[in-house]
Amino acid sequence: MERLERFAQGDVDAFESLFRQFQAPVYGWILRIVRNSASAEDLTVETFWRIYRSRARFDPQRSFEAWARRIATNVALDHLRSARPEVELAADLSNGPMPDPAIQRDLRDKVQTAFRQLPPKFQAVATLALIEELPYEEIAEAFNLSVGGVKSRVFRAVRMLRKKLKRLGYEV
Amino acid sequence: MSQLEEKRMKELLQSVRPPVTDLELRDDLWPRMLRELDWRHSRIPGLDWTLFAALVICVLLFPKAMLGLLYHL
Repeated sequence: MERLERFAQGDVDAFESLFRQFQAPVYGWILRIVRNSASAEDLTVETFWRIYRSRARFDPQRSFEAWARRIATNVALDHLRSARPEVELAADLSNGPMPDPAIQRDLRDKVQTAFRQLPPKFQAVATLALIEELPYEEIAEAFNLSVGGVKSRVFRAVRMLRKKLKRLGYEV
Repeated sequence: MSQLEEKRMKELLQSVRPPVTDLELRDDLWPRMLRELDWRHSRIPGLDWTLFAALVICVLLFPKAMLGLLYHL
């Protein structure tokens, strides 16, 4: 029997094998959205718990990675919804370069504030599309949207950001 | 909104919130996953507690109903 079929029937060894194969890509995907390595590790475990819990609904003919990524996206969005504004997306200096020092601190704070005020689904899509520059097709699949839906969400996120920044006294 | 505006917003965002470059997972999370599976499996679901509490309340309010309950068990 194939590994995915065994997993769907509740075989823990098959689940472990899938976990070991996909934990890194799932972690990387979540990290890109939440931008904090400790949270990304916790959310990776939560994602695989949901995967394990939903195993009976998984169709072994379909891609496990795409399914896992959709669940990971939902887990990351739940995290963004529940995280308090003061602590969400905390700067995780162990990941990625430091922000450009040439950008004035005041402007940086305004952009951070405006970005964190975006609804989580816009924040996540804008992060992946504009900051991480991932292909729209990849984002669309993970968010269960069409490519047009992703474009529309990016457009609206940019418009909201411009309005918020304008209100904070900065014109883009 | 023009593409130029979107490009300017992208540059602004990337300067303030740079892309994550280090996506490497340093620890194997399987031991944590195993603990999580054990913990979640051993946990009594909230609904079970609710049903148990409802049963206790029923028994306290209607002690004689215990006889009927025991008869049906």
